[in-house]
Amino acid sequence: MNSPSTARAPLSEQSMIQMEGVHKWYGAFHVLKDINLTVQKSERIVVCGPSGSGKSTAIRCINRLEEYQRGRIVVDSKELSNDVKLIEQIRRDVGMVFQHFNLFPHLTVLENCVLAPIWVRKMPRKQAEEFAMQYLERVKIPEQAKKYPGQLSGGQQQRVAIARSLCMNPKIMLFDEPTSALDPEMIKEVLDTMVALAEDGMTMICVTHEMGFAKTVAHRVIFMDSGEIIEQNTPEEFFTNPQSERTRLFLSQILHN
Amino acid sequence: MAESRLPHPDLPPPASIIGPWGWMRRNLFSSPLNIALTALAAYLLWVAVPHLLNWTLFNATWSGDTRADCQANSGACWVFIRVHFEQFMYGFYPEAQRWRVNIAVLLLILGAAPLFIRTVPNPVKVKLGLSLLVVYPMVAFVLFKGGLFGLPNVETSRWGGLLLTLVIAGVGMAAALPLGVLLALGRRSKMPAIQTLCVTFIEFWRGVPLITVLFMSSVMLPLFLPEGMNFDKLLRALIGVTLFQAAYMAEVVRGGLQAIPKGQIEAAAALGLGYWKSMALIVLPQALKLVIPGIVNTFIALFKDTSLVLIIGLFDLMNTVHNATTNPDWLGFSTEGYVFAAAVYWLFCFSMSRYSQNLEKRLHTGHKR
Repeated sequence: MNSPSTARAPLSEQSMIQMEGVHKWYGAFHVLKDINLTVQKSERIVVCGPSGSGKSTAIRCINRLEEYQRGRIVVDSKELSNDVKLIEQIRRDVGMVFQHFNLFPHLTVLENCVLAPIWVRKMPRKQAEEFAMQYLERVKIPEQAKKYPGQLSGGQQQRVAIARSLCMNPKIMLFDEPTSALDPEMIKEVLDTMVALAEDGMTMICVTHEMGFAKTVAHRVIFMDSGEIIEQNTPEEFFTNPQSERTRLFLSQILHN
Repeated sequence: MAESRLPHPDLPPPASIIGPWGWMRRNLFSSPLNIALTALAAYLLWVAVPHLLNWTLFNATWSGDTRADCQANSGACWVFIRVHFEQFMYGFYPEAQRWRVNIAVLLLILGAAPLFIRTVPNPVKVKLGLSLLVVYPMVAFVLFKGGLFGLPNVETSRWGGLLLTLVIAGVGMAAALPLGVLLALGRRSKMPAIQTLCVTFIEFWRGVPLITVLFMSSVMLPLFLPEGMNFDKLLRALIGVTLFQAAYMAEVVRGGLQAIPKGQIEAAAALGLGYWKSMALIVLPQALKLVIPGIVNTFIALFKDTSLVLIIGLFDLMNTVHNATTNPDWLGFSTEGYVFAAAVYWLFCFSMSRYSQNLEKRLHTGHKR
């Protein structure tokens, strides 16, 4: 891993994601309460918080996997609406990595990677395959290209999932607890892949409890609890000088475990 | 304490658990009850099998042209089948035109064969499969019906025998599966109008017996149509069978759709795939594979249900056989006729069943959840 200072180059003033006053309810349950967040190009944000705090829901609003009832979200200067075509357009540029990988089990690793470029970006198959092999090499599993996801370990599956997202050449990557479903010895290989991605200047929002990753890579750490953003700060400040009582409690719990 | 020890060598298993004797001990004589059941089964076989073999094979009459040839033997008179064989295959299709049917069958066999050969690349199979589904029915229809390219017209009422059974079953399967898939997707749709429409359709067609559907189509429908407007009886039966089976197929497919985790649809959506693409590329391939047993079950039921068209006076295999048994020259041979019909139905249904098992094995990609 690079040292924090070199990893965090100054940011351009180009905002990639803007969430303004976003509220969401599941029935009567108020899951997201007035979420305001602006993410700059190449900025890397780690979202943490206790389970059920709405952090996954919040990032899933960005590519409209979740609907929200109030507020507005602008992604890459396009404002989200109910227009299906627009949503699909935004999703093309926003990659997402899930906790449970969600690879397509009936397709080989390579087919998983080329599917969206061929059917969504209309890329010729040969070109898509070359492209996919490059990304599989980047996540260090080109030799598994012909295998099915069911034949791979969890860590390998998650790296394939990252490569699959990258094949769409996204401008933003969303990570929804990418290491939570992994055995401890596989977490590092996935985190290393994510660090490498960060070094290339990808705009990233990452829901994770990997505080080591947050310290090394993140520009900003956001702490959420019961649907609200409680605190946001640089990792140095966040870990050494938390402002709110809830943050302190949360940090003491996860850092001492 | 360090103690080094040689690995224990593998010993051969005791004779009582391997080989035929071991198999018999495990499966036939494992308990007093099983010994008793084995003895009972052996007794029943001993009583029934020789009789059955004598009737079907050893005492049967194989050669000859008239019923008189069968008088000498006590067993089955397979002459009855031989004499009527052409009729069982083609029904009342004009003898001089039967070559057209043969050519259509030959085309089907030649066209379908590459689909069953593993070395043929998949894109070729897809194209071939699609042309079999789209082009072949048109070619076959022109060949059967005629009236074009100088082929004499053969009315659908003269189609019969196994030919008609296969036409109804083939059209029914090819049309019911896609329609069933659409109905299943519609039933899970978030759009209330489409969902209600599909639920109503499925519950209506599942709620009425096929025999009623066929009866309605041939007796009631003409009453509702304007004077002079009448369409082919076979076509009406085909539509009835298709809609009926599509409702069943929809529920089978829906079972498969429900087994696909939500994460699959989310992952497809997150990649920018729209509804139809994510269904066609991600959800349906997995869902249909899961319900192959159910789909084939429906296909087999459909194949056998085609015999119900005798209620509306179509001469499928079953009705042709039945008709032959009432032939005054050949009275008293209904057993042979029905045994033959049963054997033909069984042959087709069993082949479908075996093929589906083979397909399940081949499509398995090592991801049992």
